[in-house]
Amino acid sequence: MEAIIQQFFNLAIMERALPLILSGLRETILICVLVIPLGLAGGLACAIMSLSRLRVARWVAVAGIDFFRAIPPLVLLIFIYAGLPFAGLRPSPMTAVAIAFFLNTSSYYGEIYRAGIESVGQGQWDAARSTGLKGYQTLAYVVLPQAVRNVLPDLVSNTVEVVKLTSIASVVALPELLYSADMARSVTFNSSPIVLAAAIYLVMLWPVVRLISRLERRVAA
Amino acid sequence: MEAWSRFLDTFFNWIIIERYFPAIMKGVVVTIEIAGAVVVTGTLLGLMLAIARTFRMLPVNALIVIFVDVFRALPPLVLVLLVYFGLPNIGINLPSFAVLWLVLSLVLTAFAEEIFWAGILSIPKGQWEAARSTGLGFLATLAFIVLPQAIRLTVPPLTNRTIAITKNTALGTVIGVGEILNQATTAQSFSGNATPLMMGAIAYVILFIPVVVLGRLLETRFAWRRV
Repeated sequence: MEAIIQQFFNLAIMERALPLILSGLRETILICVLVIPLGLAGGLACAIMSLSRLRVARWVAVAGIDFFRAIPPLVLLIFIYAGLPFAGLRPSPMTAVAIAFFLNTSSYYGEIYRAGIESVGQGQWDAARSTGLKGYQTLAYVVLPQAVRNVLPDLVSNTVEVVKLTSIASVVALPELLYSADMARSVTFNSSPIVLAAAIYLVMLWPVVRLISRLERRVAA
Repeated sequence: MEAWSRFLDTFFNWIIIERYFPAIMKGVVVTIEIAGAVVVTGTLLGLMLAIARTFRMLPVNALIVIFVDVFRALPPLVLVLLVYFGLPNIGINLPSFAVLWLVLSLVLTAFAEEIFWAGILSIPKGQWEAARSTGLGFLATLAFIVLPQAIRLTVPPLTNRTIAITKNTALGTVIGVGEILNQATTAQSFSGNATPLMMGAIAYVILFIPVVVLGRLLETRFAWRRV
């Protein structure tokens, strides 16, 4: 018991690691602010393409979405970060993270938007068009608001996944929350900094996870 | 033309493909083994927890909910590092592949429990009452009436979640599990060429595209439509 507290809940070590870990948290938040809007926008583009009347556009969208859902995000990130330099491009860790997350999260968000748009009845389109709204206006003012409401739990839950996923940026030495905690661990030979980082993730995400459970139950009922 | 051949030389170098093909295949085997073990352990444990929850014993349910929430909120890589570097210091030494299996199984358990539980809750009360009134006991009702209907509903969300979690086997590279990504990055640094990375990426696509497409089919087939 003593050893467990010493090794995982060592307050003295946590206190020393705190400044480093907080700067990591700032970086994590920065990544989130960058990649979540990018993913939401890219996802919308994917969804619109996959519902297009042009067969080619549909195929390209579906193939792209399935491709990037099949590749583990860490593989994509390392490919971009370690592979592109061979082609003469040297992305910074943040650029590599932004590109990898854009490709990965767009395809997940895209599938969610698509399900949402499909759940809105054809009658909504017809009615909106007959009042004189143009296609894109119908989408923006009539269909999307309802679609997003229908898939809100999925959108929120995918966003939680994206926030959790930012931890893989530590692998390309981007000094975010997990990277800072792991640095502190390797200096102190003690796991308490990682427990502290885990606690920070919990504080950020637990309320959202609870919220998702409630949203899902309400939609299911 | 020059640029094109340089591109081929860097990303699709035939000599390098031949040299590192066995290593990548070894990685594929490791990935499949760990992914398979995780799927079996995670879904079975998740189903058991969901069943345990139907007995509605308050302290047990509270513990299950806390476990599930924590494992849904924490990034798997945090858990991997915590277990891998933390346990040896309190005298527990697990090989890295066991750490990866344990962590991913627990994460899948948490998500699977939620999905199974939502499935069980979605079965109308009338089904329970009708089954009980025919003389079936609680367990028999659960096993023969409720679960068969509930599990059907859980197939699409569970498939998607399982795919997402088995892809996390790539995290094993951080703690030195010899899976595909690990073999690919090792080969890349030995050969000074990006071809092994390309091979690794292609291996993942070949492994997972069928599952992703299957997930898509199941989604339409079992259509769990939330209108």
